[in-house]
Amino acid sequence: MILRVNPAAGQPLYLQLMDQIRHAAETGLLRDGEQLPGIRTLAEELVVSPNTIVKAYTELEKEGLLELRQGAGAFVALNSRARRLTDRIQIARRRVGDLIERLRNDGLRDEEIRRAFEAELLYPAEIAIKK
Amino acid sequence: MTDLPVIQTHSLSKRYGRLEAVRGLDLAVAPGRITGFLGRNGAGKSTTIKMLLGMIRPTSGDGTVLGRRIGDPRESIELRRRVAFVSEDKGLYRYMTVEQMVRFTSGFFPDWQPETAAALLREYELPRARKVKALSKGMRTKLALLLAFSRRSELLILDEPTEGLDPIGVEQLLQSLVALSAQGTSVFFSSHQIAEVERICDHVCMLDKGRLVLDVSLDDVRQQYRQIDVILPSQASERDFQMAGVESVRTKGLQLSVFASGNVDGITERARDLHASSIQVAPLGLREIFLQKAKEN
Repeated sequence: MILRVNPAAGQPLYLQLMDQIRHAAETGLLRDGEQLPGIRTLAEELVVSPNTIVKAYTELEKEGLLELRQGAGAFVALNSRARRLTDRIQIARRRVGDLIERLRNDGLRDEEIRRAFEAELLYPAEIAIKK
Repeated sequence: MTDLPVIQTHSLSKRYGRLEAVRGLDLAVAPGRITGFLGRNGAGKSTTIKMLLGMIRPTSGDGTVLGRRIGDPRESIELRRRVAFVSEDKGLYRYMTVEQMVRFTSGFFPDWQPETAAALLREYELPRARKVKALSKGMRTKLALLLAFSRRSELLILDEPTEGLDPIGVEQLLQSLVALSAQGTSVFFSSHQIAEVERICDHVCMLDKGRLVLDVSLDDVRQQYRQIDVILPSQASERDFQMAGVESVRTKGLQLSVFASGNVDGITERARDLHASSIQVAPLGLREIFLQKAKEN
């Protein structure tokens, strides 16, 4: 998988890596048991401090998404909670995809669909009152 | 791994006549990290590094590097044997060829890594048979770096290592620093290249006019430093924003811009209490922080 960091974004680099790895596991790009690049390899590839990689991997291990094996590296190891979550997210993405397809068929433009999603996520209370 | 600082100074000062180059510096550099040492020209970075390496004597104050006292002549020699460094003058002999320089240096260090030296000679494309005096500035820098990197040391201290390097050279240097760090070497380097520092450093220290004005982890910079731009319904006042996390405030009519090192929620809440019609929060890069700190001091 291709990982990236943006040093100018207002988010620590280890959190950026965690988001990307988590997303890859949730979408099935990374499979259970798959090995991630070694700390030095990835640090040199991204040209970031090795501590950034160590922190991202360690935090993801705490979340139950990775397993760190002494001397062998980091492996995707979805525990049952993480696997259930991953499954649910994949189902949710399919549902969202279906819904978007229907809205497009109703003649809505992508920009309008996006705004509708954002409004629903950001201000659910206000919309509930209007209903 | 112990958490004892690899570099520590107490009230370290250096005066040249009437010029106070370094003033009461209290520095603590943690092990196992890449630490960037920022500052404008003449801020005191090189003077500090030379004091750490025992090349010049402090006017007052003291410090340790890898636990050795920098002011003690015998311990200073010992620490220079254990620390790899590249200082302002690259410490090269003009009449030697690249090859001779490598062989000569290797003789001083029992832990010398011939494979590292050979690999870097190829990577940096250094002409083995050329004399140092005929090398370009960038090539001299690369040679000095190669000599420091091949010494497998606990601590690497570099003064402006990117000086004279082209963008590819800078990238190779940064990759070398990352690789050494992955092997457990603590790295401390001064630089003007803010973008590079921002990319590979865990921590930054910034000197201005001989004083330490910033000592912060880059995770904290990214998480907590923000610029908050506010538009208020009536003439804005800086006093309304004298609160935790506010480093400075700039006003222009109804516009107010807060430079914050934390407490963003508290500051935006204050802006809402003042009925701000617009509140925008944007991350602050190291470059903006650098400029701001230099202006404040």
